[in-house]
Amino acid sequence: MTQKTELNATHRELGARMVDFGGWDMPIAYGSQIEEHHAVRKDAGMFDVSHMTVVDLGGDRTREFLRKLVANNVDKLAKTGKALYTCMLDENGGVVDDLIVYFLREDFFRLVVNAATRDKDLAWIEKQAAPFGVTVRERPEFGMIAVQGPNAREKLIGLLPEEVREKARKLGKFAAIEVEGPNGMPLFLARTGYTGEDGFEVVVPNARVVELWNLLREAGVAPAGLGARDTLRLEAGMNLYGQDMDESVTPWEAALAWTISLDEGRDFIGRAALEKQKADGVQRTMVGLVMDDKGVLRHGQKVLTAAGEGEILSGGFAPTLGKSVAFARVPVGELGSVRVDIRGREIPVRVVKFPFVRDGQPMPGIAG
Amino acid sequence: MSEIPGDLKFAKSHEWVRVESDGSVTVGISDHAQESLGDLVYVELPEVGSSVEAGAGTAVVESVKAASDIYAPVSGEVIAVNTALSDKPETINEDAYGEGWIFKLKMSDKSQLDDLLTPDEYAEVAESDDH
Repeated sequence: MTQKTELNATHRELGARMVDFGGWDMPIAYGSQIEEHHAVRKDAGMFDVSHMTVVDLGGDRTREFLRKLVANNVDKLAKTGKALYTCMLDENGGVVDDLIVYFLREDFFRLVVNAATRDKDLAWIEKQAAPFGVTVRERPEFGMIAVQGPNAREKLIGLLPEEVREKARKLGKFAAIEVEGPNGMPLFLARTGYTGEDGFEVVVPNARVVELWNLLREAGVAPAGLGARDTLRLEAGMNLYGQDMDESVTPWEAALAWTISLDEGRDFIGRAALEKQKADGVQRTMVGLVMDDKGVLRHGQKVLTAAGEGEILSGGFAPTLGKSVAFARVPVGELGSVRVDIRGREIPVRVVKFPFVRDGQPMPGIAG
Repeated sequence: MSEIPGDLKFAKSHEWVRVESDGSVTVGISDHAQESLGDLVYVELPEVGSSVEAGAGTAVVESVKAASDIYAPVSGEVIAVNTALSDKPETINEDAYGEGWIFKLKMSDKSQLDDLLTPDEYAEVAESDDH
């Protein structure tokens, strides 16, 4: 049975083309996906991300539990509201999921995990939490709207009661606060996102989601679908679980080394496997590709390098660049001149650092 | 959805065919197809002079979402391709039945036209597609 968010009827009224996404009936685009992409890069757009799973952890040993559960170090979270991007790994160092951890109180941390991995994640977290006496509580009573773009924060802040605006304006990057929203609705406001632009991800009770969405629309925030969300996050160099990494891949192989904290004495799940792999030599790596020729790089296409074959992970057309970009997993080594096999033709591509786009602009050397 | 011009015939795989006064046929994709695909960003055109069989993959259109084969609705020789699409693939989104044509064929078997759908028949196919 396909699940629906509180905004389902709203999306349909707006003429959205709906698709199944991880068991949820979600809008892929309302009109032109490219226009929705540009709206986020240049002004402000919003996404219904209510399908994402909010999980609250409670108990005195929550921080201790998280030191074990995730590969990044939650001791980086010192100030109330601070957020951390991390992976949780299995014993083999494979990625169970990527998630954001919010520190709210010593006995209260909030996780936001992917929708498609919900059941697996909850089972895994509950199993690991039991010995710590940590309670794991999913919060299906919340919806979530991501408001993203250079003007997104101001448009949302303009809807808040006068007395909380300054507090919302001062919220630092990768941090969250609880504030009173428009018409008294309670909001969990996080300065996070999945687009490479500034903005907020807003957790709001289901009963108020449609009201908030409509107020944002009146404030000039453009509805954007999951299609634009995908091209935006790809340009921003952000991984997608299931496409760029899963249990068969370690963070070393998925360009996520920056999220691993090998701090002394912390025995997180998967650490031994990660250290062994590093000592033995990591054999695969994830690189960015830009194709200057016409055409589109797609998931699953074969990548030919001097070090051996690889494959395209996330790939697509990058509207900000007007050409195609991709992540590819390739062997470690001298790659030489790299080509991608597209319908039997070998098309040359450039290996580049990502993100491809930041704050609305192509990064140096990407445009070619 | 916009009106389907009455002089067209359709394949179930969403291509349209127009028989021109010189007997050649022009091929494109339906308005319904371009709408389903979304913003088009690339069109791979066949070689002029190549022979194609009815039902064979002849061109490829790529939208932001996906790549999609365009099948030849009838057999014949490719006598022209719409090179303007190389720089402006979005022309198909804007005018699927006009400026967004993809290639022209010199038919080898005119009777194959009888196997194609009328606009009304195709409208039913497109509608059932939406459910």
